[in-house]
Amino acid sequence: MSTALVTDLTIFVLALLVGIEVIGKVPATLHTPLMSAANSIHGIVIVGALLIGVTAHTTVGYILAFIASFFAAANVVGGYVVTGRMLKMFRRKAAPAPADPAPAEVQQQERESVRS
Amino acid sequence: MNTFTTNIQLVYVLAAACFVVGLHLMNSPATARRGNQVSTAGMIIAVITTLVLLIHEGTVTAVGWTVLIVGSLLGSAVGLWSARTVQMTAMPQLVSMFNAVGGGAAALVAIYGYMHDESAPGGVLGTTSVFTVLDVLIGSVTFTGSLIAAGKLQGIISGSPVMIKGGRLITAALMVVGLGSAAFMLTTASLPALLLVVLASLAFGVLMVLPIGGADMPVVISLLNAFTGTAVAMAGFVINNWALIIAGALVGASGGILTKLMADAMNRSLSNIMLGGFGTGDTAIAAAVSGDAQVRAIAADDAGIQLAYASKVIIVPGYGLAAAQAQHGVAELGALLEQRGIEVSYAIHPVAGRMPGHMNVLLAEANVPYPMLKEMDEINPEFPRADVALVIGANDVTNPAARRPGNAVSGMPILDVDQAKSIIVVKRSMGHGYAGIDNELYTNPKTSMYFADAKKAVAEMTAAVKTLVG
Repeated sequence: MSTALVTDLTIFVLALLVGIEVIGKVPATLHTPLMSAANSIHGIVIVGALLIGVTAHTTVGYILAFIASFFAAANVVGGYVVTGRMLKMFRRKAAPAPADPAPAEVQQQERESVRS
Repeated sequence: MNTFTTNIQLVYVLAAACFVVGLHLMNSPATARRGNQVSTAGMIIAVITTLVLLIHEGTVTAVGWTVLIVGSLLGSAVGLWSARTVQMTAMPQLVSMFNAVGGGAAALVAIYGYMHDESAPGGVLGTTSVFTVLDVLIGSVTFTGSLIAAGKLQGIISGSPVMIKGGRLITAALMVVGLGSAAFMLTTASLPALLLVVLASLAFGVLMVLPIGGADMPVVISLLNAFTGTAVAMAGFVINNWALIIAGALVGASGGILTKLMADAMNRSLSNIMLGGFGTGDTAIAAAVSGDAQVRAIAADDAGIQLAYASKVIIVPGYGLAAAQAQHGVAELGALLEQRGIEVSYAIHPVAGRMPGHMNVLLAEANVPYPMLKEMDEINPEFPRADVALVIGANDVTNPAARRPGNAVSGMPILDVDQAKSIIVVKRSMGHGYAGIDNELYTNPKTSMYFADAKKAVAEMTAAVKTLVG
């Protein structure tokens, strides 16, 4: 076994343990955003896809690099945007949202104004 | 390792640290948004570093740059569009699609790496072969498996378990071919053998998910999420990149934990889920409810009175609520009751919805404040104090039969709805849940059945409460 491999394996095992420790503490309320966040993190494969580009110089290589970068970019951008969108909805108090009020939020605002 | 590549690796470690901190901040809804921002920052750092590395190496051809830039931009556009437009009820499908593309990209990275090494003078290193095979296996299974899962959730493919004649035999044959080629590759570098592994894994992914029923999708999505993470970590071993290894391991761990949580909440082992749908693998014995048991129906006005004069109401939402798009209506009813000084909370079973935590997102979207959303262990002791438990679109997770052995839901953790002083169940008919058995809650003397579509029922009850109390 080469030193590089041993290092890689060490990192892998430790990261796995860190992951179990950190994620075990996430409440069930946030499990969907958590999974979505994990989803965007595995979008790191975009780095792998870009690194393919270093050596690509055949048609097959270009095609593979193209598909890989397309897939990975969709994963990473979509993942982060949708996670952010979800987390924005979690509120401690039912406060009216500033931008583009959905029907429920409009009703909420009406209720708030009645109350005050 | 020269100074430049050392620095690059260090920056990758920084990016990975951002991912860990980002996930850590997800442990509370108050800090979760910051967590996502930290994680995004890590990703941007990693991508910029990679671009710097590519420019520094200077070996990327003009065609190569074009391919990468056009590919990434198109992918980003598709990702952005789907993330912006997706309905919250369709989140599981989207997550599944991201699993598919992530797993697919990871497999492609390894395939390309292998092709490149094979034609190079040094050939493929033995250890690289091991990780390449693992990456390609897991990545390809994830790719097709996730597509099938998304298709089932979207209703393109039948949500019920699809059994193919001789499916088990085909699966076994695929495993022999896949693992055989994989073993061969470990001794001899061979591109055709790798392609055989790819094809066998792609087919295996399809056959793995097709026989699984829609109710088990939360578990399947979690599992495929873990697979994707592992595939990405394996890709990291292939190209010797720490960022990929760490990020992949983190995702693998998260998917693994969620898979276990979901399987536990359904009281089923992972192998039981993977090997067959509910009621097909196990022999379902009907719960001991006599056919002529009395069910009491209730009208909107009576339900309204019960709710309006309660001091504590627990709402139990299930997937039926989301399917009827009733979450906004329920939130409105809940807020109306709160305004009257009634203590309102929502009891969320771990498998409510189509993915872990899905119901929380749907209610958050309907503007329900998250402190009102209670997890099963937290809310169960509160049911005896509740004047009314309002069950909307939830079935098996409320069946008291689960406390007895000998039926399809035995041992499944349930919400103790039957402990409430009175119970109102909103349901379209007396139909069965996924477990296919009668729900003893419905024949409980304390229970009133409100037969209507969830959205209509909630609107009627809200109107009734409003007219009652002005």
